[in-house]
Amino acid sequence: MLHIPILRKGAPYKSLDVVTIPHHRTRQPLVEISQANAGLIRRDLLPQHQSKQALQKFSTQELIAMSARAAEYFLNDSLPLGDCVQSPQDYVEQLSATTGMPFVFVRKNRQKIFAALTEMQSVLDGLTRGLDLQILDSGAGTHAGHSLSFYPRGDTLGIVLPSNSPGVHSLWVPAIALKTALVLKPGAAEPWTPYRLIQAFIKAGVPREAFYYYPTSHVGASEILRNTGRGMMFGDVAAVGKYKNDSRIELHGPGYSKVVIADDCINDWEKYLDVMVTSILENGGRSCLNASGIWVTSHAEEIAEALAERLASVVPRDADDEQAQIAPFADGNVAERISAMIDAGLADDGATEVTAKFRNTERLATHQGCTYLLPTVVRCDSPEHTLANKEFLFPFASVVNVKQDEIPERLGKTLVVTAITKDEKLIERLVSSPLVDRLNIGAIPTMQIGWDQPHEGNLFEHLYARRAFQRASA
Amino acid sequence: MKSLSETDMQIRRQAAREALDAWTREVIAWHFNPATGCPFWLDYARQLDWQPHAEIQTYADLARFGNFQDEWLRGGPVRRWVPQAYADRPIYTFETGGSTGVPKSRIAIDDFRIDYELFSATLPTEAFPQGADWLMIGPSGPRRLRLAVEHLAQFRGGICFMIDLDPRWFIKLLKMGENEMAQVYKNHVIDQALTLLKAHDNIQCVFTTPKLLEALCEKVSLQRLGIKGVFCGGTEMTPQFYRFAVEELLDGVYFAPTYGNTLMGLATHKPLEPADNYAVIYYPPVPRACIEVVDADDTERVVEYGETGRIRLTTLTKEFFMPRFLERDEAEREKPCALYPWDGVRNVRPFSRFHTQVVEGVY
Repeated sequence: MLHIPILRKGAPYKSLDVVTIPHHRTRQPLVEISQANAGLIRRDLLPQHQSKQALQKFSTQELIAMSARAAEYFLNDSLPLGDCVQSPQDYVEQLSATTGMPFVFVRKNRQKIFAALTEMQSVLDGLTRGLDLQILDSGAGTHAGHSLSFYPRGDTLGIVLPSNSPGVHSLWVPAIALKTALVLKPGAAEPWTPYRLIQAFIKAGVPREAFYYYPTSHVGASEILRNTGRGMMFGDVAAVGKYKNDSRIELHGPGYSKVVIADDCINDWEKYLDVMVTSILENGGRSCLNASGIWVTSHAEEIAEALAERLASVVPRDADDEQAQIAPFADGNVAERISAMIDAGLADDGATEVTAKFRNTERLATHQGCTYLLPTVVRCDSPEHTLANKEFLFPFASVVNVKQDEIPERLGKTLVVTAITKDEKLIERLVSSPLVDRLNIGAIPTMQIGWDQPHEGNLFEHLYARRAFQRASA
Repeated sequence: MKSLSETDMQIRRQAAREALDAWTREVIAWHFNPATGCPFWLDYARQLDWQPHAEIQTYADLARFGNFQDEWLRGGPVRRWVPQAYADRPIYTFETGGSTGVPKSRIAIDDFRIDYELFSATLPTEAFPQGADWLMIGPSGPRRLRLAVEHLAQFRGGICFMIDLDPRWFIKLLKMGENEMAQVYKNHVIDQALTLLKAHDNIQCVFTTPKLLEALCEKVSLQRLGIKGVFCGGTEMTPQFYRFAVEELLDGVYFAPTYGNTLMGLATHKPLEPADNYAVIYYPPVPRACIEVVDADDTERVVEYGETGRIRLTTLTKEFFMPRFLERDEAEREKPCALYPWDGVRNVRPFSRFHTQVVEGVY
């Protein structure tokens, strides 16, 4: 059986404690993953400054070039996977096998990571607002006539990663160019992408000492976050909630992303149907960037009907079908529980599932022995309804009536808002709202990202702080 | 370890079994005799339609008692467990960890001393030298370990240094989500331990728990401080931890893992052999206590060797009779070995069906 080792400063270590992950469809054991004990993690991280020193030997430009080479290796090369070698196609199939993601999703997400690596200069320009990156090499310099100095807030970035979609890894890959060693806890069902990225970086010349890879328990995950200088955590509300008071850790919980159509555009809602469908459906609705809410000032019923009709045509397909638009659940019980939660919400007055009448089948479906949740549109009379602001791991959206003067307050905390409006007063309220993380003005799908735009926090600001700096004239 | 022929092993196993049966009869005769037994078992016998002292002739006959009920040990009066023969002796009461609800109490007079004197014979002298002093970094308060480790040190001619550790507070901090405060408490314990280790040159032996051992070894090399042996127990120990301790934490210091609790006493580890690949294998102190591994769904069935099941403890001493207590742990059943010609257990860990209900602490 395949085995994925722990990486301790890049060196493989086979643990006596292993977890076996089955193929999501056949349930046959597919891969054995070494698990790191908490004490081992803590002990490894005692001299973590050495990992940073290994990266500091290179200039930022050299590390940007290595990132670009790593992109090519990640996309096109066979790379080590434990004692085996993983081809690009192996990667696609293995990731699909443990998560259920169709091949086509894996390839699209891989492309997204590839782009983040190859566009590293643009990404860093966006994160640093065009800073001369030599300042990071020398620690101080002049920019636009002002003295600037930055210092790293920590030697390492510890990340507790999710399993939902590999595109998320594009968020942390700039850390290497920012000279920060990585301590990664992969998601239980998605050990593949971080391991492959590490191997690509090493092949591209990044010192292996800059990488720690620890599949581990929740206890081990806590140790990673507690013992690294800076942290990043992906998880549900309860998981990230434990760290809400720790400013060292950037939290990535549910997105609750939304498309909002205001009074001035709402009569033309049909023009925006594609944007709404794409925002809900792309990547199988598995990302926090996917819209889980369509909030409108009127026409909610017609919009819900039109969305439901379009989304009801989506059906489960085989993993290797290029037309696949949704993914099965690796654990069918999770799908059943989610479906039951939606039914419980629908039992409360004020919400109707609109998709039901178009698809003529149950929401919970099976195909080739796998369990799926079919796209679901719920029409909610009020933002107060239980289902109005919910996010699930499949294409699910609530169409909600909201008064224009209640936007954005009634939206609640939202990762991406696509606001379809030209109303300057509304735009001003959205721009100034702390509830909105990423803001698209106009008909831009919530999933669309710009490499020069920081997203879900700014990694540079997370890893570096600016200090006051003055140098006496010679 | 010297291996024996199958025939020799059979002879040893048979002898051990006969000794266990004989001891079972003696213990039953003691506990169900009004002159020597305790009120709990004498009352219990009065409600039976059979006579334990007449009908229990072998260890296997203990099945007639069914399973020992956890609740019998929670709450008082604790004196109902004191054998009449010891009514005038000073009585200790020891409590279980207290991870869940009202702690179970076990009375004791000399059992902890006897158990640890027997255990002492299994410790290698070069790692736990006679006359060496000890440091006990483990649960104090109402726990048997606090006195037992001190007695072990004294029995081997040493003096035992102590620190306070309240595992219930640590568990409460974890349950409250006060992880940082739990770390502060752990550091407080370790700081005290380091102070003692650095101040007393003759401390050569340490008792501690797996988590505290890790924390200690993150600060110092025990080998450089002159420690020769570490006796470790109190919480789950995985093969990976065992390997990590031997390969990375201890710099050659001898490592003696144990499994035990207030109710049973302590089981001795099988010495490390490459073939075991760091499996943590324990053998109970038969005939004073036995461990069986039973089918979790049919607890009357002892599982096959190598099969996983729930742990069932039986304690057979003149101070305490506890037949067939289903523990909160599971393990694989292990074959007898030359040193211990009776069943052992491999890789004890919390019973998987209780996983969500138990928070283990540092101790």
